Amino acid sequence: MEHIRTTKVEQVKLLDRFSTSNKSLTGTLYLTATHLLFIDSHQKETWILHHHIALVEKLALTTSGCPLVIQCKNFRIVHFIVPRERDCHDIYNSLLQLSKQAKYEDLYAFSYNPKQNDSERLRGWQLVDLAEEYKRMGLPNSNWQLSDANRDYKICETYPRELYVPRIASKPIIVGSSKFRSKGRFPVLSYYHQNKEAAICRCSQPLSGFSARCLEDEHLLQAISKANPANRYMYVMDTRPRLNAMANRAAGKGYENEDNYSNIRFQFVGIENIHVMRSSLQKLLEVNGTKGLSVSDFYSGLENAGWLRHIKAVTDAAIFLAKAIMVENASVLVHCSDGWDRTSQVCSLGSLLLDPYYRTIRGFMVLIEKDWISFGHKYSDRCGHLDGDPKEVSPVFTQFLECVWHLTEQFPQAFEFNEAFLLQIHEHIHSCQFGNFIGNCQKEREELKLKEKTYSLWPFLLHDQKKYFNPLYSSTSQKLAVLEPNTVSFNFKFWRNMYHQFDRTLHPRQSVFNIIMNMNEQNKQLQKDVKDLESQIKQHKNKQTDGVLTKELLKSVRPESPALKTSLCLKEQTLLPVKDALRTVEGSSPADNRYSEYADEFSKAEPAVVSSEYGVARMTC
Amino acid sequence: MEFSELIRTGQAQAELLRGPEMPPLRGTLCVTGHHLLLSPGPQATPDLWLLLLRSVDSIEKRVAGDAGTITLRCKDLRVLQLDIEGVEATLDIARSIEALSSLESVITSFPFFYRPKGLRLGESWHFHPPERYYKRVARETRAWRLSEANEDFSLCPSYPRAVIVPRAVDDDALARSARFRQGGRFPVLSYYHAPSGTVLLRSSQPLTGPQKRRCTEDEELLQAVLAGARPGARGFIVDTRSAQAAKQARMTGGGTEAKSAYPGWKRLHRPLERGRPLQESFVHLVEACGDLEQSMDRWLSRLDGCRWLSHVKEALSTACLAAQGMEWEGACILVHGAEGTDSTLLVTSLAQLILDPLSRTMAGFQELIEREWIQAGHPFQLRCAHSAFSHTRPKHEAPIFLLFLDCVWQLGRQFPLSLEFGEGMLLALFDHSYASPFGTFLCNSEKERCLCEVRTRTHSLWSGLNQPKEQRKLRNPLYAPNPLAIWPSVEPQSLRLWQGLFLRWTHPPEPSEVAWEKVWQIATDQEKTEGSQPTDSASEPQP
Repeated sequence: MEHIRTTKVEQVKLLDRFSTSNKSLTGTLYLTATHLLFIDSHQKETWILHHHIALVEKLALTTSGCPLVIQCKNFRIVHFIVPRERDCHDIYNSLLQLSKQAKYEDLYAFSYNPKQNDSERLRGWQLVDLAEEYKRMGLPNSNWQLSDANRDYKICETYPRELYVPRIASKPIIVGSSKFRSKGRFPVLSYYHQNKEAAICRCSQPLSGFSARCLEDEHLLQAISKANPANRYMYVMDTRPRLNAMANRAAGKGYENEDNYSNIRFQFVGIENIHVMRSSLQKLLEVNGTKGLSVSDFYSGLENAGWLRHIKAVTDAAIFLAKAIMVENASVLVHCSDGWDRTSQVCSLGSLLLDPYYRTIRGFMVLIEKDWISFGHKYSDRCGHLDGDPKEVSPVFTQFLECVWHLTEQFPQAFEFNEAFLLQIHEHIHSCQFGNFIGNCQKEREELKLKEKTYSLWPFLLHDQKKYFNPLYSSTSQKLAVLEPNTVSFNFKFWRNMYHQFDRTLHPRQSVFNIIMNMNEQNKQLQKDVKDLESQIKQHKNKQTDGVLTKELLKSVRPESPALKTSLCLKEQTLLPVKDALRTVEGSSPADNRYSEYADEFSKAEPAVVSSEYGVARMTC
Repeated sequence: MEFSELIRTGQAQAELLRGPEMPPLRGTLCVTGHHLLLSPGPQATPDLWLLLLRSVDSIEKRVAGDAGTITLRCKDLRVLQLDIEGVEATLDIARSIEALSSLESVITSFPFFYRPKGLRLGESWHFHPPERYYKRVARETRAWRLSEANEDFSLCPSYPRAVIVPRAVDDDALARSARFRQGGRFPVLSYYHAPSGTVLLRSSQPLTGPQKRRCTEDEELLQAVLAGARPGARGFIVDTRSAQAAKQARMTGGGTEAKSAYPGWKRLHRPLERGRPLQESFVHLVEACGDLEQSMDRWLSRLDGCRWLSHVKEALSTACLAAQGMEWEGACILVHGAEGTDSTLLVTSLAQLILDPLSRTMAGFQELIEREWIQAGHPFQLRCAHSAFSHTRPKHEAPIFLLFLDCVWQLGRQFPLSLEFGEGMLLALFDHSYASPFGTFLCNSEKERCLCEVRTRTHSLWSGLNQPKEQRKLRNPLYAPNPLAIWPSVEPQSLRLWQGLFLRWTHPPEPSEVAWEKVWQIATDQEKTEGSQPTDSASEPQP
């Protein structure tokens, strides 16, 4: 509270991000302990969570006031004009303080109270149970067992307590291997494919330098290999570009030497590091934030940003992984440098391709909980939850979500969830409203007592799951059991709904999703009605022993049939959103679009002179 | 002429490769006057494979040993490979295809021989003429009349016999105005926007020439348009060329309306690409889409380099500008470029789709294409003589109509519930505009079609498309009539490459097709359950 000087500023203007004229909405700006709120003259509210703020900028004073630009982590960009510089300065300073907290305890999750009692809260946390998930995979079995080596986080601080390792790998081997791996992250199981008896394992890079080797590590890899009876060799995927891995050798790290490990096939897959990804996203956002962007600038910008190239690289790596298991029956060990960024991307995406369970709403939560949260993806560092090193921030998880989105585009029937689900998860990795993504590893989360002090996101998503269903989902399709995506370049597209989620003018004006959802529901209801009516008729028939139902009786059936009535009401109701869709069409006035600004010439005095950028560009060529 | 002179071989054994997803077909290959046939034998499915020779865009032959390979690139962007036994047979077949696929004569083309079962000649031909549209206009306003001044095509060879003009202007004045416009294309009504009482007109450029000639009748005609709309109405002339290009056109006898000569009218220049640069854009895009191995960067740079999506954006924004002028400014709009047969039609037809809910229905869209493209004199035969694969130097080819279809597809993507027709309809129109068994897209104008007796001797595409069995392919199952104007976003982030067309054969979108089938199923389930409910409860009880 001490950071808030001004709580309310009137006559603030909100500028349209893409308008080249200075079209704006006027309203009142409120500053609360957790949110910045703008209410315009039509009473439309815009809420911005302080934790979502990535950057606040105060621009040079103009005649109409002091411009304040806020960039959010969910890619919302708002541009306010505050009439008095003093107010602007106060808000600017407050937001600077409020958006960057120094302590975990000051994050929103620790004060957020959705009015649940402790047992509800606990049940929420138990909703996703990883022990249950390993059981689902068929573990433990004759080859794999639960290891208690890391029970007290003694071997690896950033791993979870419970880890699955080959049954023949003894504790000394594990301990020895962990000493040979960066941050002690030794090879453990991430996913077990029951039919193929092959495993996806993960670790960090070996501390091999130019010549060092470690017998225990070699044993452990051999044990993983032997745990797969179907295949003698295993793959070791280094997800880094070869050059990066080589450079690491000079620092005493590096990659596995094929000569030292028996029966491994070593493979680089060339995904760039977090710094490259951060600047790539930065470039992408610069391009798509440009006012009056031409088609040509957009595509050359997309190319320069390299973002889609990175998305393709991650997807290609996951396909390599899935193929090794499906086609060659081989187990795969995945690592990068520390084994918590690229490794998480590739392992989780690979499992998603292999196992339809992870493509359900609940399964996707489990997948994130397993490969990202429990294996120590550093959410707080990567999302910049606290005021820290900006070089640690990187959109690794966003990239994963985008890869999944591309899969949902290519396989519209393979996922139980829709785009909104992915967007909502993305919203919450930054919101700090729930405890799931706070902290960098399980140990840290336990120390923060998140399960006692905060709530889990998953039950809230499940509660709203109607919003996240994909109406075209086909859970039984055999063809879609294992996904084999085609990563030809055409298939990678700019994800407009993520990077322009809040720029409504760029979106399609009508939603197919809503209407199919409605149709589906209506169909179900109508089919139920038909059944109800049929059973009622049957009852009547049974009563009438002579078996003839007169017209009169039928008439009496109809009005009293509640099902029919509800169906009629329902029709009215479900049709309403469709009309809403129409209203949004109405809302899409030409004024919302940029061609309306070409039309400024309608009112210009001199008609023969072409001033728009288009005319000029054409005239010069 | 006898086709047999051009057919050099009877038949040969061959294997046909139709792309990565389809199994190869083996059988007897045979060239006829209009088709390439492959018959794999009675047991096989399909038992006959047919290709209209007219749809072959380019042909490439290679021989090695005692076999040869022919690669056929089709106008619908399909690439087929034929492996043929025998060198002689290969060369003969290649030569036959080359000769037969490039026949110039219209009246020996396949539509004059095509007699499908279930269709009667002459059906649907009188389905959408301008007269019909005039009836719609006449219901709303008395300011316009249907003129038959062009009955014998003497005023304008590229206009239909009847056109809609201001009531206040007589046929003599029309004749004078026609002499002042390139190709005789004097301003005529394209669309009447009932809610605002304004109109959309189209014409060709005025022949002002270097002396800045004027034509009183032409000026009066446009004056009459404003007077007919409402007192004090304004007008805008949307010139689809740049101001400089319009000025340059004066040197060759063309030009643009002088400000002083047309009071109340204001000129706007919206340069749209046409002609060879547009054709090249198309060729480059198709080339880029054929390369499955290219890197992400290379693909994006080629997509940028071909500029196709820029053309889409410019066409859509110009159409939006025209539509906005009518609906929001209450102004009359005249669109023209140079000849008035290409980008002009692109703008007027798109503006109607944006404003007019009727043109978004299946019947309305067919009527729009018939009225605004076919009857309005878009030279289909010249523009669609070759598609993107042809090695011959393009003369008059330009994919203006394809650009229109692409813009409609973009509208459909942004308003997925507002068009009654689906992507299938747009694909069918693209295919048929380049090569078709139907006569609808033959010739360059009504006059030519009359001379060739296209209407009486060929079948109309519309009667073909409107058969019930075609509907599932062509319609949008989610259509719900939308009475409002549909204003699309023209930001580059909102426009997409039309994969369904440009990647139709290289990259079969199988999972999405299955999904689309599911959408159909949900939609028809809905109709069934809704429709059957009362009858179920009423009919069941009778034992």
